[in-house]
Amino acid sequence: MIFDLVAAPFFEFAFMRRALVGCLALSLGTAPVGVFLLLRRMSLTGDAMAHAILPGAALGFLVAGLSLPAMTVGGLVAGLAVAVSSGAIARLTALREDASLAAFYLISLAAGVLIVSVHGSNVDLLHVLFGTVLALDDAAILLIATIATFTLVAIALIFRALVMECLDPQFLRSVSRLSSPVHFIFLLLVVLNLIGGFHALGTLMVVGLMILPAAAARFWTEEITAMIAIAMIVALTGSVAGLLLSFHLSLPSGPAIILIAGAICVASMLAGPVGSVLAARLPRPHLEA
Amino acid sequence: MTPSALLLPRALLLRAVLLVAAVAGMATGWAGTLLADPPVKAVASFSILADMVGEVGGERVKLTTLVGPDGDGHVYQPTPADAKAVATATIVFVNGLGFEGWMDRLVESANFTGPLVVASKGVEPLAVGGGASGEGADAHAGHGHGEIDPHAWQSLENGKKYVRAIADALSEVDPAGAGVYRANADRYLADIEMLEQEVRASIAALPEGRRSIVTSHDAFGYFARAYGLRVLSPEGVSTESEASAGDVAALITQIRKEAIPAVFMENITDPRLLEQIRRETGAVMGGTLYSDALSEADGPAPTYLRMFRHNVQTLTQALSS
Repeated sequence: MIFDLVAAPFFEFAFMRRALVGCLALSLGTAPVGVFLLLRRMSLTGDAMAHAILPGAALGFLVAGLSLPAMTVGGLVAGLAVAVSSGAIARLTALREDASLAAFYLISLAAGVLIVSVHGSNVDLLHVLFGTVLALDDAAILLIATIATFTLVAIALIFRALVMECLDPQFLRSVSRLSSPVHFIFLLLVVLNLIGGFHALGTLMVVGLMILPAAAARFWTEEITAMIAIAMIVALTGSVAGLLLSFHLSLPSGPAIILIAGAICVASMLAGPVGSVLAARLPRPHLEA
Repeated sequence: MTPSALLLPRALLLRAVLLVAAVAGMATGWAGTLLADPPVKAVASFSILADMVGEVGGERVKLTTLVGPDGDGHVYQPTPADAKAVATATIVFVNGLGFEGWMDRLVESANFTGPLVVASKGVEPLAVGGGASGEGADAHAGHGHGEIDPHAWQSLENGKKYVRAIADALSEVDPAGAGVYRANADRYLADIEMLEQEVRASIAALPEGRRSIVTSHDAFGYFARAYGLRVLSPEGVSTESEASAGDVAALITQIRKEAIPAVFMENITDPRLLEQIRRETGAVMGGTLYSDALSEADGPAPTYLRMFRHNVQTLTQALSS
C-alpha cells in the first residue's frame, strides 16, 4: 500500500526517476544558497536575479534554438552582468546595493520581455525557455548535478568568510580583502542555481525552492550548519512529496513541489521551536533561571 | 479683380497653375488608389483562418493576420499595430470557441464597431477529451473537463462551414462583390471536398489496430472524431496549462498497453515533454503536425489545404510503416 503510494511511481516510470534525481540535485544546491540569502537579508535578491537571467536565456534561444548550452550560457552571462554591475555600482556610488540591483534587474527584465515579444508573436517563449521537471533529459540532469556539486564545494571553501559576511560584513571588510571576491562568488552561485532550476522547475518557481526551505529552517535552529541541513531536508521533502502529489492527484508538478515546501514553511513559522508564533508565546525557561 | 492684377504678377499666375496641376494630380492619384485599393479591409485572428479569408476574398480583401505562421494563438499578446489594424478594419474574423481569449479585449480597446465574425458559429462544439471514443478522459483527469475544444478547423467538414460563414459575412459588408465571393467560395469548397475524399480514403487504408496517435497538445479532437482516429496528448487543450506527473504517467501507461506506434510533434509546442514520453514508451517520432498555425510560405504547410494534406500524410506514413 505504502509502496504503491510512495515508491511504485518511481519504479514504474523513468520520467519520475529523472524528475526525482533532478529535484534532489537541485535541492542540495539551492538550500544552502537560500540559507545564506536569508541570513544576509537578501531573500528578494533571488527573485530579482531570476528575472535578470531572462534576456540571456531568450537570446540564447533565439541564436541556437532549444539548446541547453546556449540558453545556460546566455542566462549565466546576463545574470552575472546584472550581479557584477549592481555590486560595482553599490561599491562605487551612493546607491545602495538593493536599489542598484533593482535598477539593473528591471533593465534586464525589460530587455528580456522586449526580446521575447519582438521574436514571439510566435510561440510563447516563456514556456519554451523554462523546462518542466517532467521532461528532464540527460543533459539537463547532468547540468543540474554539476551545478549542485560546484555549489557545495564552493560553499565549503568560502564557508567561514560567508558566515562572517552574514554576521558582520564591516568586520570582514576590515580584516580581509576576501570580502568582495566572496560576495561575487556567492552571487555566481545564486545565478548558477537559478539557471539549473529553470530547466527543472519551469517558470520562476525555482526561487521558491531556494527561499522557502531556508525560511522554514530558520524556525528550527540558530546554528548555520544545522540550518543548511534542515533546509536541504525541507527541499528534498518538498520535491518528493510534490512529485507524488502531482502524480496521484494530477496536479502540475512545479507548483505542487513549491506549495509543499511552502506548507512546511508556514507550519514552521507557526510552530517551530525557534522564534515561531508558538515559541514566542511559550514561557522561556532560560529567562526564568 | 482689376486688369492690372491680371497682367502684373506672372509669378502669381504660375503659382496658380501649379496649384491647379497639383490638385488635379492629387485627385487623379486618389482615384488611382481608390481603384487599386480593395474595398474590404479584413483582420483575421490567426494564420489558418486568414488563409481561408484570403481564398474567399481574393483581390477584393486586404487582409491583416494577427498571429502569423508558427505562432501560438492561445497565448498571443496583441501589439499596438494589431489594435491599429483592428481599429481601421471593415470586418474582423475570429475562430471563436474560446480560442482567442485576448480578442475581446483587443476589439474593445481598439474601439472596433464593425462586424465581428465568428467563423466557427455553424460548428457543433466538441468538449475537450471528447474525441473518437472518450478515451482522452483518462489522460486528462484533473483538467479540461467541460471545456470546449476550439480546434474545429481540424475537420474539413467544419472547414466548409468556416468558408460559408466567411463568404456570407464578406457579401454582407461588400454587396458589390457578393458574386465574386460566392464563386471563390464554391471553387474553394470543391477543393476541400476533394481533399476530404482523399483523407478518408488514406485513413481507411490504415490497419484497424494502428489508428491511435499521441500529440503534444490536445488539438486534434475534431480531426479524430471526423476520421475515426484516436488522439492522446499530455498537455490540456490549451498550450497554457502545465502537464502533471499523473497525466504523463497515465499517457505512458496507455501507450504501452495499447502499443500506440507513433508520437507527433506540433509546430507550436515545446517538444521536450513529448520526447521524454517517446523515450519511455519506445514509440517512434512520427514527424511534425501543424495544429494551430500554418508554416511559413516555404514550409510544408503554408495553406489550410496543404496543412491538412501534410498532417494526413505524416500520420498515415508513420502509422502504416
